[in-house]
Amino acid sequence: MNGADTAWVLMSAALVMLMTPALGFFYGGMVRKKNVLSVLMKAFITLAVISMQWMVIGYSLSFGEGNGFIGGFGHFMLNGVGQEGSNYAPNIPGLAFMIFQAMFAVITPALIFGAFVERVKFSSFLLFTVLWATFIYNPICHWVWGKGGWLAEMGALDFAGGIVVHVSAGIAALVTAFVIGKRKGTESLGPIPHNLPFTVLGAGLLWFGWFGFNAGSALGANGIAANAFVTTNMAASSAAVTWAVIEWIRNGKPTMLGTVSGAIAGLATITPSAGFVDAGAALIIGVIASMLCFVAVSIIKMKFKYDDSLDAFGVHGVGGMIGPLLTGVFANPAVNALGTGLLFGNPKQLVIQAAAVGATIVYSFIGTFIIFKVIDLLMGVRLKERDENIGVDLSQHNERAYTLIE
Amino acid sequence: MKLIVAIIQPYRLEEVKQALYRNDINLMTVSEVLGHGRQMGVNEVYRGVRETGNLLRKLRLEIAVNDKFVEPAVEAIVAGAKTGETGDGKIFILPLEECVRIRTEERGSKAIG
Repeated sequence: MNGADTAWVLMSAALVMLMTPALGFFYGGMVRKKNVLSVLMKAFITLAVISMQWMVIGYSLSFGEGNGFIGGFGHFMLNGVGQEGSNYAPNIPGLAFMIFQAMFAVITPALIFGAFVERVKFSSFLLFTVLWATFIYNPICHWVWGKGGWLAEMGALDFAGGIVVHVSAGIAALVTAFVIGKRKGTESLGPIPHNLPFTVLGAGLLWFGWFGFNAGSALGANGIAANAFVTTNMAASSAAVTWAVIEWIRNGKPTMLGTVSGAIAGLATITPSAGFVDAGAALIIGVIASMLCFVAVSIIKMKFKYDDSLDAFGVHGVGGMIGPLLTGVFANPAVNALGTGLLFGNPKQLVIQAAAVGATIVYSFIGTFIIFKVIDLLMGVRLKERDENIGVDLSQHNERAYTLIE
Repeated sequence: MKLIVAIIQPYRLEEVKQALYRNDINLMTVSEVLGHGRQMGVNEVYRGVRETGNLLRKLRLEIAVNDKFVEPAVEAIVAGAKTGETGDGKIFILPLEECVRIRTEERGSKAIG
């Protein structure tokens, strides 16, 4: 049991907790003003509901004793999770590891709703979120991070959740955007961010929280945590600058929304590598992340005409998919003995990474489609046209964010 | 000369604008307003306190036109704003005394278009 490690992991859990409301602001600024509360509400309620799901059953399914596919019911209601160390991290209380992981479980389904905001029924969203956490997130988390998980056994490297969080949520975002269809009233206008300062506030807090996400994943106050902290900052910075430069060249001016989108793309992409690569590699990873995510949101999305409203797939999904592959290229054994990539003489790692990403894509794609479609058939996922036109805030929550007079 | 004042649903603005452009009407002033007609607004609840009949957001379009453009303008607004639901809005047509283009100081019909 180590006091410094425990302090850092608990602090990191608090940092990652802040990311979900931050995501609400990041997304909320990008929607129309009649829908901003509904977005903040989705983030906040996900924090509360999935925290409960995790403590009741999610932790047990993800990290409990089980088989290669799923954990078990051994830790139901946190049975056996206490102040002693766990076999995942003997240096910190089992409860600290559990609550740190809880925040990951929370933010992952929250990422998805960026694809279908402004047109979804709240009840359907809530049911989807709980089912998705249970049937998609918990198994994938067990595959990659659980003892005996089949991708872990295969040797897949995912330092802080590139596969577990960003690939699984990004693919789910793509599926849900296709199933629910386009928003009304944005066809001719395109998306109109109603409050970009909110988006920047959210992005800034996400960056801040990401230090807990990545450096906390070292599960200790040590050199690997410091390395992850530095690579996280490096990739976010180089990706933000890259996006701004691309816009500057292509459209004549760099934009605020583009710069924060770049930062988030860099953060999502460095996540699986943060504790395996050095700062130089992180710089390159950030540049690649921004380039590919830019192509995804500005070219591919237009071509296929799906309405991933806030680019949950374009930024998190695409960043998530390339991140683990780049881990397989740049992982440096001098940084962390657990990972050796292509550039350091281990081409097999890249193959393992690709297989892990592929398996996650397939599982999340099919599983999300089934869950979302079943909910659609049972209760409908989409708002009535009139409710969508009036706005989700009023029609689903009886509130509005802003007054016009006073 | 007439002043056309139309109250419409905010989300129909784009369709109304496009319909107006098609009828060669390119000048308008748009403002955000609150109001309700027969719909009697919506209920809002804050910390359990229900407020009934709150005003809904609407847009007000003001368009000054020469007489021959009155019908095309009305037609375009109806075409763009009509959904058949309550709350589609109203169009008011008022006589217009005078119009001055500030840049050139032109007056009357010339100044409108």
